[in-house]
Amino acid sequence: MTTFDVAKIRSDFPILSRQVNGKPLVYLDNGASSQKPQVVIDAITRAYSQEYANVHRGLHYLSNLATEKYESVRGIVAKFLGVANEDEIILNTGTTEGINLVAYGWAMNVMQPGDEIILSVMEHHANIVPWHFLRERYGIVLKWVDVDVNGDLDPQAVLDAITPKTKLIAVTHLSNVLGTKVDVASIINGAHQKGVPVLVDGSQGAVHMPVNLDELGCDFYAITGHKLCGPSGSGAIFIKQDRMAEMRPFLGGGDMIREVTKDTVTYNDPPMMFEAGTPGIVQTIGLGVALDYMMSIGMDKIAAYEDQITQYAQQQLGALNWLNIQGNSKTKGAIFSFTLSGAAHAHDISTILDKKGIAVRAGQHCAGPLMEHLGINASCRASFAFYNTMQEVDALVDGLNLAHELLS
Amino acid sequence: MATEAFEEIVEDFEFLEDWEDRYRFVIELGKSMTPMEDALKVEANKVHGCASQVWLQTFVDGGVFRFDGDSDALIVRGLVAVLRNLFNGVALGDVAKIDAHAELGRLGLNEHLSAQRSNGVRSMIERIKSTAAAT
Repeated sequence: MTTFDVAKIRSDFPILSRQVNGKPLVYLDNGASSQKPQVVIDAITRAYSQEYANVHRGLHYLSNLATEKYESVRGIVAKFLGVANEDEIILNTGTTEGINLVAYGWAMNVMQPGDEIILSVMEHHANIVPWHFLRERYGIVLKWVDVDVNGDLDPQAVLDAITPKTKLIAVTHLSNVLGTKVDVASIINGAHQKGVPVLVDGSQGAVHMPVNLDELGCDFYAITGHKLCGPSGSGAIFIKQDRMAEMRPFLGGGDMIREVTKDTVTYNDPPMMFEAGTPGIVQTIGLGVALDYMMSIGMDKIAAYEDQITQYAQQQLGALNWLNIQGNSKTKGAIFSFTLSGAAHAHDISTILDKKGIAVRAGQHCAGPLMEHLGINASCRASFAFYNTMQEVDALVDGLNLAHELLS
Repeated sequence: MATEAFEEIVEDFEFLEDWEDRYRFVIELGKSMTPMEDALKVEANKVHGCASQVWLQTFVDGGVFRFDGDSDALIVRGLVAVLRNLFNGVALGDVAKIDAHAELGRLGLNEHLSAQRSNGVRSMIERIKSTAAAT
């Protein structure tokens, strides 16, 4: 931790010094959305006050400037994800849009009724509902693979579910509820040996560890900008060139076309073919600054620091014998979902914590099938970021002690 | 002046200085409330817009309004109990006149009424008022 100055990092995030309900904010809802450093806030202000025009379509000075700034983000995302060819990066609004693009643009184009998609039971709704659309509308079959008691996903169990009808495996890199890091490398290697493409939902994974997609070799990898210290409404998806070649456009409109006549339309080359309409220009520019910021700290350093937070939180929360933590994987990242023994509801707990200035999420965490698998209606989730501290773990424990006292 | 029962809660609250004691009180009110029978916890009685599960059943007897309610969350259950003290025993025609926001404000509990809150107190009040208006 000597090289990781968390106090300095915290000073980069203005919101972290505010109070909530008269207490210093303890923001532990990073799994839902992260806070923004001043450089990102400044970039948004600068873009609108000095550098704003529509992109890709004007020959005037500001349009060129905005286009340059916007397009440079493709390269930043590629660097962040360890991708050499930036044309494999499609800029969008986040993982939900990215996976919907794969469902509409790729899956609908290459799948037949009766074809199968393999999902793990711990997927986020963003990596479930687009596939349900295909099930409802085109007779695609969803096959679910359970996690074990610790919340681990056995790569072999995923590979064993492959049949000649399997056309895609769609799994998370890091569970937004259990914190489990999935061994996606083994899944990708095994699946590719059988000719099955793999989509990885990196919405949480890319936030907590270094990612190198050229090494990993997956076909699709979706990320969400607002969880990566970037503005809401920003994001990207990596799509391997071979897969892009199998796609047809999803959203139609400006920017994604080369020529439109009354009778014909010819499309722009990928990745532009998949970016219709005026994009989130400023959001995307902000995302570039956010990723540069995270890379300047170093994703390896972030991962190492978060490991310390995870270990400390595991120790401290583990000592509360009335607290049930969901997910006990050895690979667990800094995400802790829990329930209290007894009648206390997740919303009761989060309400008490909120009074103490502690922000956690309560509910189903957009993971209905996992909650069903775990046999619980709702849980609380404390999700940490690299700007959280050990003291904030202590504050959470204090808040939980009070909740336990008030609610039991 | 609200109902006598509600005024009693207001008086009790005056002795409770910090939010922890107030929440403790609300939680206790919920715990001491007779639970709704499981048979009544049906879809028709469910209040939507609540993150936890909430049920309400209204009755009118001799022109007097009353409701029973329950929730699977303890704090929400306590708030149901508070609302029962506010609305139960009121003449049907007077239900619409009760300013629940102002009354809960006297208890410092009106934070539960903001649009962002998903515990459903707002939905409960809407349900109470719309049911009373339609009766």
